[in-house]
Amino acid sequence: MYKKNNISIALTGGHAVGEAMRQINPDVVAVYPITPQTPIIEYFAKRIADGEIDTEIIPVESEHSAMSACIGSSACGARTMTASSSQGIMYMFEVLPVASSMRLPIVMAVSNRAISGPINIHGDHSDAMVMREMGWIQLFAENVQEAYDNMIIGCKIAEKALLPLATNMDGFFTSHSVENLELLRDPDVKNFVGNYAPRQHLFNFDSPKTFGPVALQNSYFEFRKQIFDAMNKVPDIFNEVTEKFKKLSERGYVSVERYRTNNAETVIVAIGSVCGTVKDAVDKLRDKGKKVGLVKITLFRPFPYKDVKQALKNAQKVIVLDRNLAFGTKQVLAGEVESAISQEVQSVVYGLGGRDVYEEQIIDLFKGKNNSGFIM
Amino acid sequence: MQNKNRYEIIIHGRGGQGAKTTAEILVQAAVREKKFVQAFPSFGPERTGAPMLAYVRISNEPIRTHEPVVDPDCVLVLDETILDTIDVTQNITGTEAIIINTAKTKKEISERMKFNGNIVTVDAKGMSLDIIGENRPNTVILGKLAFVSEKVKIENITEAFRSKYEKKIGKEKTDKNIKAIEKAYNIY
Repeated sequence: MYKKNNISIALTGGHAVGEAMRQINPDVVAVYPITPQTPIIEYFAKRIADGEIDTEIIPVESEHSAMSACIGSSACGARTMTASSSQGIMYMFEVLPVASSMRLPIVMAVSNRAISGPINIHGDHSDAMVMREMGWIQLFAENVQEAYDNMIIGCKIAEKALLPLATNMDGFFTSHSVENLELLRDPDVKNFVGNYAPRQHLFNFDSPKTFGPVALQNSYFEFRKQIFDAMNKVPDIFNEVTEKFKKLSERGYVSVERYRTNNAETVIVAIGSVCGTVKDAVDKLRDKGKKVGLVKITLFRPFPYKDVKQALKNAQKVIVLDRNLAFGTKQVLAGEVESAISQEVQSVVYGLGGRDVYEEQIIDLFKGKNNSGFIM
Repeated sequence: MQNKNRYEIIIHGRGGQGAKTTAEILVQAAVREKKFVQAFPSFGPERTGAPMLAYVRISNEPIRTHEPVVDPDCVLVLDETILDTIDVTQNITGTEAIIINTAKTKKEISERMKFNGNIVTVDAKGMSLDIIGENRPNTVILGKLAFVSEKVKIENITEAFRSKYEKKIGKEKTDKNIKAIEKAYNIY
């Protein structure tokens, strides 16, 4: 079934995601294409303008309207996607949980960027972290290849789980970085995602349904509990979809990736593009006999507590990197990891507002030379 | 310690001068040679005229790091006025080339920078004005890079240029651009 016929090229993360969207050819994409947007939609819209695909693109007047239009379109049974980041996500915030409560498998490509204030549109994870309790599945990519793959995998996961899903890649560090990747062939992508045939939608006139009703004391709780239950089923769906994707692409994905964690005494836990830099640091230290490793989280929501616990079971010291700064509470990823392993971790915040992070700084962390809680 | 399998470049320019395009054409040329590549810009305020950087890596092995280029093997300067405010010689300790778009001589630039390393001057602006009729030093300078670095073949740079631009700017203008790139390659 699988033919090694993938095409090896180099694209920016933004174009790679746009290319995945072209191959998926969703029914509707509603967007507000203005800063802070990314080249994703510019690339994708050009494919439509050139007549390559027949997606209906809806340019709206704000990000709030973009997500609202996505909700309407998805409720009508259309495969629906959008892209946003930073303040765009902040503005669509009010409707994000409406998408999950209506159980709509909207897929949103997010290029993770800082949120105001002060004003900054560069790469960090602040936007993804404010989204984390909205009932959206969240996948993170380390590089351009993963950003591309996550769109295809994500489309399938969302539709099986009946939950909205955000694919995250680091703004600029991945979205604007040109890297090698292998594209799947168009028919293989089409075949993988298949036709979208929702069981229930507004245009099913033989079986009319109400979407997004008022739900008061007697039913609101049940609706919310359904999101909770649906989210708990996602890990199995993730495994099933990534297994199938591996057969197609020879690229395997796991919710929690372990990199040289065998006999590792000190392990860094991280998400996003910094994982590549950490892997290089791990190799250098391993060459010198240091027992270090990396645990990379790919599936961030729902959080894979069991897999994280398993991956860290032999680590003596755990360092968790967060690319956003939480105020008056534990850092998001650090708190999640602590609760997974029931043990305190060294929490480190790095890279806010697009600040670069260097391999040397990661090596210092491994060596215990930086105990400030920050890479500034 | 430098990874011998990897060639790293820093491109200095100003917002709007096309440093990102320089990086992109270069890595697309390297992809034609089955290399692993990475190119990413480092914007400041994302404003026309503000200094900005682009980083390029060309490698025989997959590239995983996302740190900026720290210890470049070559530096490209698209705008000589940057030399007044930015030290482009950081971590240049040996024979790594600093290729500068300028009509001035190597001696003049060396004295101005107070730097005795391997400075290579190329009048990319002059060449592009002569041949293309527009100020497009950002791609012309790649001819000189191909010559100096011997990391990417000139024909792959010109082909990468053609495949990115021919549809957009037409064959005639593309040919002129390529002629200018080749001129920068041949003049030393």
